[in-house]
Amino acid sequence: MTDAPTTRKPFFRRRKTCPFQGPDATYIDYKDVKLLQKFITERGKIIPSRISAVSLKKQRELAQAIKRARFLALMPYVMD
Amino acid sequence: MAFYETVFIARQELSAAQVEALAAQLTGIITQGQGEVAKTEFCGLRTLAYSIKKNRKGHYVLFNSDAPPAAIQEMERQMRLNEDILRFLTLKLEKIDSNPSALMQSKHSRDSRERRHDSYGENDRREVLDDAEIEILAPGTGDEE
Repeated sequence: MTDAPTTRKPFFRRRKTCPFQGPDATYIDYKDVKLLQKFITERGKIIPSRISAVSLKKQRELAQAIKRARFLALMPYVMD
Repeated sequence: MAFYETVFIARQELSAAQVEALAAQLTGIITQGQGEVAKTEFCGLRTLAYSIKKNRKGHYVLFNSDAPPAAIQEMERQMRLNEDILRFLTLKLEKIDSNPSALMQSKHSRDSRERRHDSYGENDRREVLDDAEIEILAPGTGDEE
């Protein structure tokens, strides 16, 4: 995303918002593998918040939840 | 007294009855220590994401309890000694949720979500849209992606 606002693509790239904030926010639960799976890459790494647009506070919670899920073998540490 | 949530994984060789007996034994430890177990969930035999002590599967059991710390410590000590318990995790909670946990619901959905994205950046917008579609489809069509 190095292009300056003037040289942007014709379509308007909507600013993504944090999925864990607002009235219909989902609770981050380490047991909810289906939810957590959306925030890891196919290699099993946690997606950075600058990509997923999760807020800093929620990203910390999310990271903690993913690590707990990994410990309980609900999610892999590495996928290959 | 404080609220705790404990999840433990038992060896796959155990039968369902044996797992229940094991859970009852641990519940006994908590009740002996003046605590009480609010909820016990048997999440069944799940495939582990990686093998633990050469086990590929395990029985997951979840407890919600309201107990003094000493009782929890004793229970954890017993779990450490027990060879049938592969792993456990105890967390302190603010409040106990009486609804069935996400572990029960997502019992068979684990393997159906293999396709994941590694190359984030240019196409991440599309990925988000994909996920949104799944959200809408999921309640109606069941397991289809």
